[in-house]
Amino acid sequence: MRLARRGLPMNDNGSSVVIEELVKRFGDFTAVDRINLSVRKGEIFGFLGPNGAGKSTTIRMLCGLLRPTSGRAQVAGIDVARKPEAVRQNIGYMSQRFSLYNDLKVIENIRLFAGLYSVERAELAGRIAWVLEMSHLRDQENLLTGTLPGGWKQRLALGCAVLHRPPIVFLDEPTSGVDPISRRQFWELIHEMAEHGVTVFVTTHYMEEAEYCNRLALIYRGRIVALGTPTELKQKSMKGELLLVECAPLGAALDALQAAPGVLDTAVFGNALHLVVQGADETEPRLKEYLAQRGIELHRTERIRPSLEDVFVSLTTERLAAKGSAA
Amino acid sequence: MTEQAQPAIVADGLRKTFPGVCAVNGLSFDVRAGEIFGLVGPDGAGKTTTLRMLAGILPPDAGRASIAGVDVVRQPERAKHSLSYMPQRFGLYEELSVDENIRFYADVFGVKRNDREARSAELLRAAGMSEFRSRFAGKLSGGMKQKLGLICALIHRPNVVLLDEPTTGVDPVSRRDFWRILYELLAEGVAILTSTAYLDEAERCHRVALLHQGRLLFCDTPDSLKSKMRKGVVTIVSADPRKVRDVLKGADGISSLVLHGDGLRAVVDDGPRRAAAFESQLRGVGAPFDAIEQVAPTIEDLFVDAVGAQGAAHE
Repeated sequence: MRLARRGLPMNDNGSSVVIEELVKRFGDFTAVDRINLSVRKGEIFGFLGPNGAGKSTTIRMLCGLLRPTSGRAQVAGIDVARKPEAVRQNIGYMSQRFSLYNDLKVIENIRLFAGLYSVERAELAGRIAWVLEMSHLRDQENLLTGTLPGGWKQRLALGCAVLHRPPIVFLDEPTSGVDPISRRQFWELIHEMAEHGVTVFVTTHYMEEAEYCNRLALIYRGRIVALGTPTELKQKSMKGELLLVECAPLGAALDALQAAPGVLDTAVFGNALHLVVQGADETEPRLKEYLAQRGIELHRTERIRPSLEDVFVSLTTERLAAKGSAA
Repeated sequence: MTEQAQPAIVADGLRKTFPGVCAVNGLSFDVRAGEIFGLVGPDGAGKTTTLRMLAGILPPDAGRASIAGVDVVRQPERAKHSLSYMPQRFGLYEELSVDENIRFYADVFGVKRNDREARSAELLRAAGMSEFRSRFAGKLSGGMKQKLGLICALIHRPNVVLLDEPTTGVDPVSRRDFWRILYELLAEGVAILTSTAYLDEAERCHRVALLHQGRLLFCDTPDSLKSKMRKGVVTIVSADPRKVRDVLKGADGISSLVLHGDGLRAVVDDGPRRAAAFESQLRGVGAPFDAIEQVAPTIEDLFVDAVGAQGAAHE
């Protein structure tokens, strides 16, 4: 399956999303606080952040649904504040929740989206065949959409979102609640689209989805607090270092370590603890004695590499941020 | 906490058929008090059906389900005293406040007045929600709603907790709060059975059952599951992952190759040998890469490998 190209409008520098000093205020509340960002054509860009961090507000501005308070955003070379309608014709949008009508047949959903996006009559048959092919629903176009397994529905929703061949597609938590195998298949499709020059802008708080992105921005309290490839974020953005600690009893250890000097955060992982510490070199040798004084036996410690989730949590948790900067 | 002679949750040969599909096909496992057990699998694997049978709201076609020693088919009402089941869409009243929702469930479960205040304060604190007691449930974020659902489900101190994909749609920070509450329950001797489609969560469970098409593929601790996987994983960090994939596609020993945003992840027969071979192959054609290394397999690697090997990865 191929995504045939047509003239893709964009900036001279090959960026398909350019954001400069973008601000959105609601009354006294600043939801988006001077964001700068540039996303290349054909890039898969992940926009991460906890609920209420400013993710959706930014996306709504980029889709021409919400007017910025100040600053500038261009999508496919079009200014979102000046020509919001033109922006909407040049993007695809897929949200897990509202994309498809469950009580319509597969083919009826596709026709509906074709109508909404004004797909030209001459192209229609070809586009319908393409969506059925990419969603593995050929010869099943008369099934009720609501009866499809999650992974199929997701591919169908993606197909409908890009029926009009937009140069940019926005995906909002595209594989939330989908199993690992369907998720892999979905992302293969996304990578294939990107290879054909489509820019993909993903918002998610699932770190498994974030790994599939070429670059990530982490937004917190309206600001971008980290930007880079998944590997760069894991190597450079973590506040503190991570230790795996096996000890018993676990519950008592958790309580004791929360108050221990140099420990920024604690979390239980199955039969072990993960500690975020200021410096592993200082903390690791002292743990045995510290725990022994409290009647806890230390079995093993190991320095482990942070996952994207560790980075996310360390950059978006108040307590950690405060403790880290106080040091 | 007292040691119980029998497991807190028992599924013994459970079977359920719906018209045209066998949803659960002879499933057996048990969960002990103080243990958190993960039920993992794709859509349609039978996770929800299993939880509903254990909760006593769906009668099995065959097999036995018991909760705290009580047969849920024969004595569903008695079993429900010890049990809390949180379905994917837990019934919160959006136009009621956090406190009012908790009070409602405390009434439903018959929690005594002098007990409920302490219990709800303790749960709200653990959830980091103490300052949101008067907020309408409808105004909470997705993560807070899920945490409130959990608080309501725990208000009557059940011995057994059944959770159906509780953290779907929840951000990582709230997810950690959620798990912190679960671990605190374990210390009280509660048995927890939770389903999830996110395999990184499986790593947090004491034991995990991988479900596929209504059957159990594996059931063990995350560590022993991973050590049983007789395969290695090689990751490659590259600024041009597509090029690396094109070079390695079809190379010997690869059973799966997944394109990531800034690299690839390959499941291979022999980690050290293949890592070295990939390196020279990539150097030979001048494909750019920053690092090649062997890493420990994850539960997801194991799962995809096992299901893929059955030839059922694709419908």
